[in-house]
Amino acid sequence: MSLRLEDLSWSVDGRLVVDGVDCTPPTGALTGLLGPNGAGKSTLLRLVAGVVRADRGGAVLDGEDLLALRRRERARRLALVEQEAVAEVPLTVRDAVLLGRTPHGGPWAGTSRHDLEVVDAALAEAGAGELADRVLGTLSGGERQRVHVARALAQEPRLLLLDEPTNHLDVHAQLDLLHLLRGLTQRGVTVVAALHDLNLAASSCDHVVLLARGRVVAAGGVRDVLTPAVLEPVYGVRCHVLEHPVTGRPVLTFDPLGGPGAHGAVAR
Amino acid sequence: MTGGSSVPAAPRAVPAGLLAGIGVVALALSVTVAVTIGPADIAVTDVWRTAWHHVTGAPGAPGMDALRDGIVWQLRFPRVLTAAAVGAGLALAGAVMQGLTRNPLADPYLLGLSGGASLGAVAVLVLGAAVLLPVAAFAGAVLALAAALGLAGSLGRITPARTILAGLAVGHLAAAGTSFVIFWSATGDSYREILAWLMGSLAGATWGSVAIAGGALVALGTLLTLSGRTLDAFAFGDTAASALGVEVDRTRWALLTVVALLTGALVAVSGSIGFVGLILPHAVRLVAGAAHRRLLPLSALAGATFLVWADTAARTLFEPRELPVGIVTAFLGAPAFALLLWRHRSRAGALG
Repeated sequence: MSLRLEDLSWSVDGRLVVDGVDCTPPTGALTGLLGPNGAGKSTLLRLVAGVVRADRGGAVLDGEDLLALRRRERARRLALVEQEAVAEVPLTVRDAVLLGRTPHGGPWAGTSRHDLEVVDAALAEAGAGELADRVLGTLSGGERQRVHVARALAQEPRLLLLDEPTNHLDVHAQLDLLHLLRGLTQRGVTVVAALHDLNLAASSCDHVVLLARGRVVAAGGVRDVLTPAVLEPVYGVRCHVLEHPVTGRPVLTFDPLGGPGAHGAVAR
Repeated sequence: MTGGSSVPAAPRAVPAGLLAGIGVVALALSVTVAVTIGPADIAVTDVWRTAWHHVTGAPGAPGMDALRDGIVWQLRFPRVLTAAAVGAGLALAGAVMQGLTRNPLADPYLLGLSGGASLGAVAVLVLGAAVLLPVAAFAGAVLALAAALGLAGSLGRITPARTILAGLAVGHLAAAGTSFVIFWSATGDSYREILAWLMGSLAGATWGSVAIAGGALVALGTLLTLSGRTLDAFAFGDTAASALGVEVDRTRWALLTVVALLTGALVAVSGSIGFVGLILPHAVRLVAGAAHRRLLPLSALAGATFLVWADTAARTLFEPRELPVGIVTAFLGAPAFALLLWRHRSRAGALG
C-alpha cells in the first residue's frame, strides 16, 4: 500500500514538461520533491492532483488510480496546497478552512455540525486555532500557510501535496511548518512537498525525489540522493556535504563550479 | 499583503440568520410603505386589505373606491413588486458574477448583456413597435451572451480574464450598434423614450413585468442562491477549486449562462439599471463577510429593498415628472456605499 506514480507525462506546445515520471513516495512519510527551476515540480504535483490532465501515466494510491476517479472523490483522498493562493475577497480563516469540506457535502448541501467539528480539529492540528475569526489578508505569511494546511486537512486527505510551502517564510516559520508536516506523517498521512531549499529537505525529509528537466534523476533516502555526485551535474554547482553536529543529518554547502571563490566572490 | 495588519480580528457582529430575518422584515415593510407613497392617499392597512381582497376574493378595504383600488392593485403593486424582483435579481447576479470571475468590478451586464438588450430594445422603439420591447431586449441579451461565451470559449478554457474581455468586445460592438440606430433614425419622441429605457426605468411595470422578473428570480435566482458553496470554492482561484473537487469549466459555463438568462429577463422589463448589481454585493460583503452561502441570499434581500426605495424616489421626488431609476440608484447608492466603506475601513483594508 503506497503512492505510486507511473510514467506520468505532460507536455505543452510540444515541450515535455513532465517526462515519464515513475516514483514511489513512501506512505506515512514526508517526501521532498526537489529540482532546479523549471524541473517540473509544480506541474508534477498538479498532475497527481488531477488539476492538470496528464497526457499519459497514472498515480496509484493504496491500489486505486487517483486519476481515474471523479474529481470530487479524488478531493476526498488528496489535498493540494498551492504556492501563493490568494483570495480576492476578505475571507475569515474559518470560512477559508471550511472550503476544505467542499468535496464532502453535496453541491447544494449546507454546513453540518460534523463539518464544523472537522474544521475546528484541522485548525487546531495546524496550530491555527486562535486565528479562526481573523481575516485572511491580515495574517503573516507563516500564519497564512498554516491556514492553507488547515484547509487541506479539512478535506481529510490521505495524501497531502504542497507546492513550495516554505517560500517567503522566515526560518522560524519554515521549521514550524515542516514540524507540522512531520506531525501529519506520524498519523499516517503521506506528504509530498516540492521544496526549493535543499538543506531544509536534508534536515526534514524521509525521502527525496530529485527532478531535472521533467525526469526523475534520483530518488531515495536523503543520504543517498543529496550527494555531490548527484547534485553537481543537476544544479551546475560544486557541493560539499557536511554532517550536522547534533542530528547527524547532511548539511550542504554550495560553490560555483570552478571551486570556492571561482567568481572572486569570496574574501581572500 | 500586510495592509491592515493592525486589525487583529473581524468579529461578525451580527449573525447571518439575524441579518436575513431583518432583511425579510425590512423588505416586507418597504414594499408596503412604498405602495402607500404617491399622489393618491393610501393607508398601510389599505394596502394589505386590497392585496388580500384580490388574492382571496374577500371584501376590500372600506372606503376604497374603484379608482383607488386600481391605483393600488394595477399601478403601484406591480411596480413595487417588479422593483423588488429586479433589485433582488440584479444584486444576486452581480454577486455571482464577481465570485465567478474573481473580479470586484464585474456586474450582471458583464457579458455584454446590457449592450445586446439595448440594441434590441432601441431597434424596436425606433421601429415604433414598443409592445415587442421585452421580447427584443431579451433576444438581444441572449444573442450577446451567446456571442460572448462563444468568443471566450473559442479561445480555449473559459478563464475569468477571457470572459471579461469577450464581454467587453461584444458589449462595445452592441453599444456602437445602438448609437448608430439612434443617430440614424431616432426622432423627437423616440429619443426621450430610448433615453429613459437606456438609463433603466420601471415606469409602466405591469403584472406581466412582475411575472417575468419574479418568475426568472424564482426559477434562476434560486438556482444561483443554492450554488453558494460551489462559488466559495473559487475563492482561491480555479486550481484550488479544481483541487476541492469542483468541475471548474462546467460550473463556470453553467453559472454564467444562468446569470445571463436571469439578467436578460430583468433587462427586458426594466432596461439596464446600473449600480445595484455592482455595488450592493460589496456593501453586503462589508457587513456580512464574503462567504457566498451568506452573501447570496442577503444580497438578494438588500437589492430588493434598495431598488424599491430607489424607484419610489424616482417616481415621487419631482412629481409629476419621473426620473429614470438608474439615476437615482447611483445618487442614493454611491454616497451610501462611500459611508459604508468608511465605517468598515478595517475590512475594506482586507479587500487588498
